[in-house]
Amino acid sequence: MTVIPAVQTHALGKRYGSRWALRDCSLAIASGSVTALVGPNGAGKTTLLHLLIGLSEPSAGEVRVLGWSPREQPQVVLPRVGFVAQEHPLYRGFSLAEMLNVGRKLNAHWDEGLARERLARLDIPLGQKVHRLSSGQQAQVALTLALAKRPELLVLDEPVAALDPLARREFLQSLMEAVAEGGLTVLLSSHIVSELERVCDHLVILAAGGVRLAGSIEQILASHRLLVGPRVDPDGVAREHQKHAVIQESHTERQTTLLVRLNGHEVDARWRSDDVGLEEVVLAYLGQQSMRRTEPERDLTEVAS
Amino acid sequence: MIEFRLNSRSGVPTYLQLVQQVRHAVRLGLLQPGDQLPTVKEVVGGLAINPNTVLKAYRELDHEGLVEARRGQGTFVLQGLTTTTPAEHAALRAALLRWIERAQEAGFDEEGVAALFAAVVRSAFIEEAA
Repeated sequence: MTVIPAVQTHALGKRYGSRWALRDCSLAIASGSVTALVGPNGAGKTTLLHLLIGLSEPSAGEVRVLGWSPREQPQVVLPRVGFVAQEHPLYRGFSLAEMLNVGRKLNAHWDEGLARERLARLDIPLGQKVHRLSSGQQAQVALTLALAKRPELLVLDEPVAALDPLARREFLQSLMEAVAEGGLTVLLSSHIVSELERVCDHLVILAAGGVRLAGSIEQILASHRLLVGPRVDPDGVAREHQKHAVIQESHTERQTTLLVRLNGHEVDARWRSDDVGLEEVVLAYLGQQSMRRTEPERDLTEVAS
Repeated sequence: MIEFRLNSRSGVPTYLQLVQQVRHAVRLGLLQPGDQLPTVKEVVGGLAINPNTVLKAYRELDHEGLVEARRGQGTFVLQGLTTTTPAEHAALRAALLRWIERAQEAGFDEEGVAALFAAVVRSAFIEEAA
């Protein structure tokens, strides 16, 4: 049985004037996964998310969300996709009851019970005006409104960037509870890597408008190693390690340190080989000096089961 | 019912921390056969972790025969862990101490002993699992 990926893009690009904000982006995001989209500011994260939810039109390539084109078949795609924008936009002067009213009128599959139950659990009274809420509460309300649509795909743009650590934790708890109920694929962009390892099972690294690495976090961690050994001349690194992809290298007079992606070969016994954390891997890819593209790992279509 | 906690600096993968905490609770008798483990939703609601991580941990415990997933009800402890008798425990400890003394005579310091021990444990259990 072939499961349709929640998101599939092929050579997707978006150009603003003469500048490509996103270029040659080919990805598949497995249905049921929780995927983190990471990259520095200006990497094209928001551009990609806006292309997925039909807010902007591709300049090149193709995008399919739940098997459909968000621009050509919006009536099929949009009711099944929830979106939480960066600044958690809500009508500031509205009360929560009025916000729920808006949600009910605009969405065919609105789940009023879910929305009210969540807000009650969060201890946010329905009479409260939006602008009186803390930023953590506003984020929770924005998440509640998105979940009450009963989406199959939930897209969140930097959902926790503006939150303090406690509010961030509470937000991620709520999000993970929603995932645990099943039937939901989550794609969230972030530049905070440390918390992603706990909540996400897949990762896409975006830099300078292109995909640098994509795969399941488990596989990414298993396939990257930090190698420390006797100095190799920088020109010799490529020759010596052509079996592995060198992501980052540094040299002293005596020692060479390499962060590599293994390509199924044994590591030379003269090298000490250590595990690397997700944050180190991400930083190594973002810090890559050369602009050469690294082939994404082709495992995103497998659901993390 | 037990409550999980996570050490994000330990370097031990999250699912393995959950597995170890269940084993530990069973060994200490905090969990008895028939007791229920927290539901996936309870765990992720508490720790803000991916539900797949909890499922993976519970599946591993199921494989070991320590717990059983009952459809629509939850995950339950199936059996206790066989523990060594105090006499066996003391004999193993004494044998290990003799080995450490030999290693010291051979010039190993504490760090060297710990590294060698960890390496042997790793390879022994990996071979067993293979």
